[in-house]
Amino acid sequence: MALKIIKSCVNCWACEPLCPNKAIYEAKPHFRIDAKKCTECFGEFDEAQCAAICPIEGAIVNELGEALNPPGSLTGISPARWAAVQAEISAR
Amino acid sequence: MGGLSDEIRLKVQDHPCYSEEAHHHFARMHAAVAPACNIQCNYCNRKYDCSNESRPGVVSELLTPEQAVKKTLAVAEAIPQMSVLGIAGPGDPLANAERTFATFRGLAEKAPDIKLCVSTNGLSLPEHVDELARHNIEHVTITINCVDPDIGEKIYPWIFWKNRRIRGRAAAAILIEQQQKGLEMLVARGILVKVNSVLIPGVNDQHLKEVSRIVKAKGAFLHNVMPLIAEAEHGTFYGLMGQRSPTPDELKNLQDACEGDMNMMRHCRQCRADAVGLLGEDRGAEFTLDKIEAMDFERFDHEAALARRLALRAKVAAELEAKRARVHTSHAPAMQVITLHKVAKVVQGRPVMMAVASKGSGVINEHFGRAREFLIYEASEAGARLIGHRKTDLYCSGDDTCGDGESVLDRTIRTLEGCERVLCSKIGIEPWGRLEAAGIKPDGEHGMEPIEEAVMAVWCEMLATGKLATPAAERKRA
Repeated sequence: MALKIIKSCVNCWACEPLCPNKAIYEAKPHFRIDAKKCTECFGEFDEAQCAAICPIEGAIVNELGEALNPPGSLTGISPARWAAVQAEISAR
Repeated sequence: MGGLSDEIRLKVQDHPCYSEEAHHHFARMHAAVAPACNIQCNYCNRKYDCSNESRPGVVSELLTPEQAVKKTLAVAEAIPQMSVLGIAGPGDPLANAERTFATFRGLAEKAPDIKLCVSTNGLSLPEHVDELARHNIEHVTITINCVDPDIGEKIYPWIFWKNRRIRGRAAAAILIEQQQKGLEMLVARGILVKVNSVLIPGVNDQHLKEVSRIVKAKGAFLHNVMPLIAEAEHGTFYGLMGQRSPTPDELKNLQDACEGDMNMMRHCRQCRADAVGLLGEDRGAEFTLDKIEAMDFERFDHEAALARRLALRAKVAAELEAKRARVHTSHAPAMQVITLHKVAKVVQGRPVMMAVASKGSGVINEHFGRAREFLIYEASEAGARLIGHRKTDLYCSGDDTCGDGESVLDRTIRTLEGCERVLCSKIGIEPWGRLEAAGIKPDGEHGMEPIEEAVMAVWCEMLATGKLATPAAERKRA
């Protein structure tokens, strides 16, 4: 049972000091979670601390690869809206 | 700034962000040591780090506290105007308290004259106030966009608070409470507080008058209302959802409305979280990490650099004192000429907006075509008042981009809309003619003169030659 940081991480450091197990470490190209140390904060906090502060949707996933903060959950911008605006920008 | 106590004047006289006068003379830098943030604002996107953009929260290189100290010393060695190290992100300095305070400790040892400053969202402020005071921090900026959680929930989608992500109105309520508490605690300790607010049309525009009144009542010293920056390309919530930015008029009107109650800051350039130099310039490219690492710090003479900075500050202070003495006597003669007429009512001149090209030191010393920005002054009977600045694309870049020069000039002229005069050190014949055709009279007669004196000299001349009898609106129609 361990969480994972994936490539959309922007290396903002917010999660690193919060981890109760010191499982998060700086790495290239982005921060990583030591799977041997990560407990998903089970028994310690109601929410996995890294996922509770991470500002990037989709950057932290569980063992099934599911995002703890799925698209739209933090910004309030739906994936459809995001795609539409991106298309509009690239058409300029 | 005339009404300040001597104690406050001393604290702000060489801080470019706290004193409009100081911003002509002194430089600051932001050290990007604080990447983490504990809240989300709808005008911010943590993904974008672009070297070509100038706006808050944007940085090119994240620094360790050791690197930040080295960089600050290098800047303080090279730029004697350097007087302030601020930590403003790209996240929140107090959400990265260890990195922030380690930077301050390292710098205080080697350059004790550099003022230390933080700019925070306020969420973690109350728990850090004592530490800020211990580090001798005299200036703290809090970004306060609202005092009403119903408005706050439209600005802040979430905060991280006591080990949980809190959303919506509850999140805004906690943030507001912490900001207000932090403000009160800082004021109680004699730390100067500037409040920054982002003007978001339709969200907090009218509300900011109340914010201004409340923070003033609690002892904030200066209020800086900044326009929202929102472009879809920035990937922010507001940018993507089409929230518009305020117009320059909307910004000025709100600042004017708040001004009766509060000292308003008009000279903010909304700089990057790693900016270096005078407010209107950015010399960050001279102090990149690889350049800092290549410098031989053993050869730096910190004491000599300190002596240069202190000498420059003494010189500027003497100049400003002399200027204050001059201003007390300078406008009287022109006004007397008017009042000597036998006409019973005093002839009053209308206020005039003028653009000024300056690259610092408080004098008109920039060529029209080389100005990266124009300072906008309003001249009236009450004197010359800075009301803002407007950025330009460089009209005269002097290289092969000159082919595009004409359209850049068009844009610059549009940027100066509403101004009746442009004061600069020099100007070419072509832009001269084009400006005149657009109703903006260029003036190169006041090169190297102090800005406010020159602006008032031009206004008094306009008054004396009868140009100010008609209201500006009628003039435009004519």
